[in-house]
Amino acid sequence: MCLAIPGHVVELFPDQPNAALIDVVGVRRRVDLGLLQDDMPIKGDWVLIHVGFAMSKISEKDAIDQMETLRMLGEAELAMQEVQGYGSEDELISETAEPTPLEESAKGSVS
Amino acid sequence: MKFVDEFREPEVITKTAQEIRRLADPHRHYRIMEVCGGHTHAIYRFGLKDLLPENIELIHGPGCPVCVLPMGRIDDGLSIAQQPDVIFAAFGDMMRVPGTQGSPLEHKARGMDVRIVYSPSDALKLAQKSPDKHVMFFAIGFETTAPSTALTLVRAKAQGVHNFSVFCNHVTIIPAIRAILDSPDMRIDAFIGPGHVSTVIGCRPYEWIAQNENKPVAVSGFEPLDILQSIVMVLRQLKDCEAKIENQYKRVVPWEGNRAALRAMADVFELRPYFEWRGLGFISQSALRIRDNYAEWDSERRFQVPGVRVTDPKAAQCGEVLKGVLKPHQCKLFGKECTPEHPVGALMVSSEGSCAAYFNYEHRKTAMVNSIVSVA
Repeated sequence: MCLAIPGHVVELFPDQPNAALIDVVGVRRRVDLGLLQDDMPIKGDWVLIHVGFAMSKISEKDAIDQMETLRMLGEAELAMQEVQGYGSEDELISETAEPTPLEESAKGSVS
Repeated sequence: MKFVDEFREPEVITKTAQEIRRLADPHRHYRIMEVCGGHTHAIYRFGLKDLLPENIELIHGPGCPVCVLPMGRIDDGLSIAQQPDVIFAAFGDMMRVPGTQGSPLEHKARGMDVRIVYSPSDALKLAQKSPDKHVMFFAIGFETTAPSTALTLVRAKAQGVHNFSVFCNHVTIIPAIRAILDSPDMRIDAFIGPGHVSTVIGCRPYEWIAQNENKPVAVSGFEPLDILQSIVMVLRQLKDCEAKIENQYKRVVPWEGNRAALRAMADVFELRPYFEWRGLGFISQSALRIRDNYAEWDSERRFQVPGVRVTDPKAAQCGEVLKGVLKPHQCKLFGKECTPEHPVGALMVSSEGSCAAYFNYEHRKTAMVNSIVSVA
């Protein structure tokens, strides 16, 4: 319930101002930005995601640390399951091929 | 042991543990409540209790939304879903929570249309894709989750989705803390404040705890070092006879919270006059209901809700454990009839529940922890 999942804003949608494509350890999903409308993230920003909504902007270092915390808490797998489940009613958007800093930090956690 | 490597900066952990021992008066017994279930999980997972001197007792607070939900609300939600063409959608955490006639998962096995969603917006999309059905989203959570439900309702209204409603069980943390402080059998010296709830509400709502109740609060992150630093913060205040709100989790929690999230909640929800909490009873103005202008999307107004009140199984002592009066293992059912595989009470279901956390981790003593204790 209290999972806060770090993600990297990789794409904004001009026709959907309240949504962004977010990358979490290589899994890309559409996330709602409505709760950050006072301080909208831009491409390249890092955010904490909770139940499919970006809750706060964070630094890249904190994003990597947060993924490490999830791994230490034994919750990285659960977090990835949650992210993969986002938009289960959508078409699967895409999986990225390039390793990201988060992916590096989460290695070995989802095994 | 793999666990040893999992601590980052073990030398800083050691120093912080030593600082805790230095600050703690050996003639005094400290009762510090971590409000959030995520902290409870982290404390057990990392064996942090073993880094603390014996006179510091960590009391597990009410901040596990699944755990504080009374069984009657689960029965009410399931009774709505028993009506024709209703889909019951909820987070995975809810699926194994027992109602009187079984959990949502057990109802699914008997033919109910039960779906796990990871976001309230996916429940809305499910409704859009299922025009012949009605999707009821069973909403739970504190202020961390409530804004997302609120925005989903805003979107449902804006997009004119009429086969969707929310069975609202959102609760608010401050009245629960107040109820704990008012409870005659509870004596708490200081609080570790919830991290992610505070990203939404900020630190200001805790100020009365310091000003009126004279208790220190440290809003904390979830890493072992975060929690230990927060304990240092409140111990230092207690030593200096101070009471203030400190923000240990500044990297994520702004002092003023998230105004857009607070606005979304205020637009869609209002306070209920009272709400029942498992273990704490009825608490005034402690939960949210859907405002009149969203009545069409309120499951409680769209459907007949029996308003069931169920007392917990007699032998299970969830209430006492939830209030910190009993430790999990002191419950008569702990580890016998009640296990994470076959939970009797909700505290054994969620990983944030103190019983599940205690069951999974308490016996996990580590060489790392022991070595730190021996040098501290």
